[in-house]
Amino acid sequence: MSSRLTVYIDGIGLIAPGLNNWASGSQTLAGLAPYQSAKTVIPTPELLPAAERRRASDIVKVTLATSLEAISQAGLRNNNLSSVFSFSNGDGVNCHSICEMLASEDREISPTRFHNSVHNAAAGYWSIATKTMATSSVLCAFDGSFGAGLLDALTQVVVEDTPCILMTSDTPYPEPMFSKRPIPDNSGIALLLTPEKSPKSIAKITVSVTDEPAYQFSDAELETLRTAIPSMRGLPLLQSIARKESGHIVLDYLDDLRLAVEVHPC
Amino acid sequence: MKPLLLSHYTVTSCIGQGLQQTLDALLQQRQTLKPCDFETVDLPTFIGEVEALDDVAMPPGMQEYDCRNNRLAKLGLEQDGFDLAVKAAIDTYGADRIGVFLGTSTSGILETELAFRNRDRTTGKLPEDFIYGKTQNTYSVAYFTREYFKLAGPAAVVSSACSSSAKVFSIARRMIEAGLIDAAIVGGVDTLCLTTLYGFNSLNLLSSQACRPYDKDRDGISIGEAAAFALLERVPDTQTPSSVNSTNSADTILLLGVGESSDAYHMSSPHPEGLGAKLAMQQALQSAGLKPSDIDYINLHGTATPSNDAAEAKAVRAVFAQENKDVPCSSSKGATGHTLGAAGAVEAVICALALQNNFIPGGLNTEAVDTELQLNYQLQNRPQSLQRVMSNSFGFGGTNCSLIFGLANAADAETSHKP
Repeated sequence: MSSRLTVYIDGIGLIAPGLNNWASGSQTLAGLAPYQSAKTVIPTPELLPAAERRRASDIVKVTLATSLEAISQAGLRNNNLSSVFSFSNGDGVNCHSICEMLASEDREISPTRFHNSVHNAAAGYWSIATKTMATSSVLCAFDGSFGAGLLDALTQVVVEDTPCILMTSDTPYPEPMFSKRPIPDNSGIALLLTPEKSPKSIAKITVSVTDEPAYQFSDAELETLRTAIPSMRGLPLLQSIARKESGHIVLDYLDDLRLAVEVHPC
Repeated sequence: MKPLLLSHYTVTSCIGQGLQQTLDALLQQRQTLKPCDFETVDLPTFIGEVEALDDVAMPPGMQEYDCRNNRLAKLGLEQDGFDLAVKAAIDTYGADRIGVFLGTSTSGILETELAFRNRDRTTGKLPEDFIYGKTQNTYSVAYFTREYFKLAGPAAVVSSACSSSAKVFSIARRMIEAGLIDAAIVGGVDTLCLTTLYGFNSLNLLSSQACRPYDKDRDGISIGEAAAFALLERVPDTQTPSSVNSTNSADTILLLGVGESSDAYHMSSPHPEGLGAKLAMQQALQSAGLKPSDIDYINLHGTATPSNDAAEAKAVRAVFAQENKDVPCSSSKGATGHTLGAAGAVEAVICALALQNNFIPGGLNTEAVDTELQLNYQLQNRPQSLQRVMSNSFGFGGTNCSLIFGLANAADAETSHKP
């Protein structure tokens, strides 16, 4: 019994090295503009109250930016959306600071550092910023975090028959952690998924698990991006949508399990 | 929602390894929280430690996963024949049809904390033998568990602080409902580490004694560690489990309802009126097709911080005041300590033990129940036949989850006239 889950994508958010948002990044992914890697630019999180904005770490800002881009395309602001967050790790800089302090004589870590250290910090800030009281899942599957998040978001939409926003983001660790986990820069993808086709729908996707090999970019720089940053394992899906062509894309998930996605533009 | 079967379950915490020790400790109201002597931690607080974790060896070929959290996972998986039940389920369904959804808050961060003390003095590098992906990374415990059983289905860790291992039931339920899997290992594992001890200390949330949930003088949490697992499957069409390896259908435990919400209020304080908690409990009842009066006992989140217990009590009153205002309640955290990302699964198993053994567990350590909270908080164990119980789990970042468990015969009677 192989299950296939069908949903519509009504909004997309993107932030990555050299890809500042979906609006311009989709042009690059469609091949209309050359891809040039550059340091990730993170917008200021205007939606956060001033106190939270000061405390917010990069993973919060990336997640807010991608989600708001997706939500505004779909026109679903203030809609009490169900949400799925999937991060390959929490905020890298924050984790580094805590571990450094705990290895020192003075272990008095700050309350802000501590509450920013929870894996669901970005989910907490996001719910405060968007005033969303609906359910959220906060997941991790190491390099497979995009696939894990997508699968959970699909089950929310299909089983609960409700829109759901998937947000998957990563931030780098400084040294010495960087040598052990070399994520090069901040990145994130958000997808707003809905059970029914709407005038805002960009694509219809049908997803199933597979053991087919994952799609690899022929462009070397995009392929580096895809393999270096867990959330960017979703980039081939975004490229397929950007090209507005029907297609079959296989995305990485776990070591021996991948996701087959049938993509149809709306 | 369609009820799901907890065909097997197990728990290991400071009060016992496996179900029998845990049940004995609960029935004897045994106190095992102790003054903190963990590692080099120098804090005036109490902890709930699982003994001899350093003696647990990783399975052959899995040395890279070695960390305190995965040692506790292994110890926990091998209690009560849980590992054998998973293997039987693999024979029934296939390794690719069983999911792994586990909760943790800090995973193997202790390894990293120790590695930072052992950085190379000249280069600042971490030790060669520190393996990030299989120890510190938040996914580590699901990675370990999936590899331990050679499973090939979907897997993820849920890490939403103290609601993590309650929410895994919801993830698994949707996966089963969507037809992606036939069964799931759900649960939670969290272990002592410096980050949580010094972190909760920075927020002034650690009690200086064994924590006293719902006491008028409650002054914070006692951090504990635990591993708890359940094997979730569809309920067989007839009430006589066949392929599923459940032992006793009369005592069979079902997951009847799930409710989840977000506070959208503050990162480390609950909503003062318990608004998110109220929503989670109401949704759990709704998803189970039950009324407040159908609930025989509430296993409270009950962390023993002044603000958590006050907010939770308001939420419980808001939901239960009309129809079931004297519903018996207690928190297990006076016994186990607050096991953070494992707490939801630990308390799910304690609910199952209460249902199967017909008793309401009394909360430990509490001397004078805070009368302002106006709940029927139980200090002593009480024999009582239970049909359906609720378990609450709330966490940092305002993440809430309520679960309803019941005996199979109770669900049977309900489903005849409920959605």
